[in-house]
Amino acid sequence: MLGIITGIIEQGLIFGIVALGINISYRILNFPDLSVDGTFPLGAAVTSALILLGVNPWICLLASFFAGVLAGALTGVLNVHLRIKDLLSGILMMTALYSVNYRVVGAPNKFLMGETTIFTTAGRFLPASFLPYAPLLVILLITIVAKLVLDWYLRTKSGFLLKSVGDNEGLVVALAQNPGKIKIIGLAIANGLVALAGSVNCQRIVQFDISSGVGTMVMGLAAVIIGTTVLKKLSFFNLTTKVIIGMIIYKACITIAIASGLQSSDMNFIITVLFVVTLVSNDMLAGRRKERA
Amino acid sequence: MLELKDINKTFNKGTVNEKVLFSDFNLQIPKGQFVCVVGSNGSGKTTLLNVVSGDMFVDSGKVFVDGEDFTNLKNFVRAKKIARVFQNPAMGTCPSMTIIENLSIADNKLRPFNLTKGLNTKRRDFYKTTLQQLGLGLENRLDTKVATLSGGQRQALALIMATLVTPDLLLLDEHTAALDPKSSDIVMELTQKIIEEKKITTLMVTHNLRYATQYGNRCIMMHEGTAVLDVCDMEKKNQSIDDLLKIFNEISIECGN
Ligand SMILES: Nc1ncnc2c1ncn2[C@@H]1O[C@H](COP(=O)(O)OP(=O)(O)OP(=O)(O)O)[C@@H](O)[C@H]1O
Ligand SMILES: [Mg+2]
Repeated sequence: MLGIITGIIEQGLIFGIVALGINISYRILNFPDLSVDGTFPLGAAVTSALILLGVNPWICLLASFFAGVLAGALTGVLNVHLRIKDLLSGILMMTALYSVNYRVVGAPNKFLMGETTIFTTAGRFLPASFLPYAPLLVILLITIVAKLVLDWYLRTKSGFLLKSVGDNEGLVVALAQNPGKIKIIGLAIANGLVALAGSVNCQRIVQFDISSGVGTMVMGLAAVIIGTTVLKKLSFFNLTTKVIIGMIIYKACITIAIASGLQSSDMNFIITVLFVVTLVSNDMLAGRRKERA
Repeated sequence: MLELKDINKTFNKGTVNEKVLFSDFNLQIPKGQFVCVVGSNGSGKTTLLNVVSGDMFVDSGKVFVDGEDFTNLKNFVRAKKIARVFQNPAMGTCPSMTIIENLSIADNKLRPFNLTKGLNTKRRDFYKTTLQQLGLGLENRLDTKVATLSGGQRQALALIMATLVTPDLLLLDEHTAALDPKSSDIVMELTQKIIEEKKITTLMVTHNLRYATQYGNRCIMMHEGTAVLDVCDMEKKNQSIDDLLKIFNEISIECGN
């Protein structure tokens, strides 16, 4: 039982970083960015390739982040400079990344058993009695750092612009700033976070799987919606904390659903139904007639 | 200050909906002038402002600001010199941010938006006194989200934000039209005060003929893409609302409606 709970929290925290990214692209920028379905495995691909080359696993986290940043920026360029619709830009990037990920690793999946990961290195610094919780502690540390850095960024001048570009692009123009550039920066950060999560996840499950990104966007979105609606009243948590908790709740629900006899392949269907229900009921509660996701 | 030279603008060129709005339109506004623009719906007032701000490009002709050729510059580049307040109060502010956050970003215009702290806490007192002058009670609500403000409050804030860093040219497009008469008067008074204090060259579109006669030192009446009336200083002072209305009606009769 305890094992199941730690598992849920671990997964919730890893994918909580994904939720932080989706929070930027979808909620702040109003950009339904499907490239995350490609950048999550991109993080895993970069990490596996580098780990197999003997690179320090902590460096792999950074490398994955920057690979995600690059991919996200390219999605932004497709949308802003080549004027391709937001949804399509993401789909194109996701599609292209499938090939890229394959190239990077050279195979559709790869096991990293016995390789040095952030978890094996951290294990060395912990007393033996903590060992079972080493992964959880490492993941907690990474997620908290990601959250705090993002919180800090959103309080900077650049972060303020990012927040205003989704809200009111005209205001950014009025400030003599290029809204396109800011959109690109936002997408870059969002995808960087998602690739970072991909790297952590790959090291945790010691394997790379090219199809591990399927449903990333919808999952992240679900967590953002849980975080911003169900947890709305919890005013002592800020938004980034809420979306991470949203992801933990989401993972808990999925675990319960599977425990009650559903197959994990049924999940995509369940998620979609739950998703539509949340969106619609949410709209009705808010009395808005705005376009849905 | 502002010079429009032989502007041509046609919408939906080559289709059945083709609409020639401006043909060889010319306008010169010297530095420091406060110009009111009136005219019927569809006479091209908003398009005129769009052409100046770069939200719309001309088919041919030139746009100069301060002698600099702006014709091919993008809107956000022109924004270095030009500020604009729209009819819709939502367009000048960021609703999900607080009043002080909004003021802080507006205050940072023309400076880099880098990784230093976004909130300008040093200027908190200055923002307070600035808001106090409005008499809308906003000075005590610096940390509330702008989304919770009324239209009039948001428009007053938008106007302050647009002029916090003094622009060379201010464009106002019916910026009091969405407000009730009292808020409308408050915002108009504030407009006058800011323009006078900061000596900003201004182009103000309004449907309120009282404002058009009472404020500014030049009045232009637009009709189908041309300036049918253009009066300055003394001549404008002697112009009453009735005079303006009369001309308005004459034009309408000429057009048979
Ligand atoms: N993007 C566009 N496409 C096609 N026609 C347009 C476009 N923008 C403006 N027009 C046309 O140009 C004419 C002038 O429009 P404009 O918005 O400048 O009028 P206005 O003087 O601001 O009117 P109002 O007082 O109603 O605000 C109108 O006939 C309008 O239909
Ligand atoms: Mg108009």
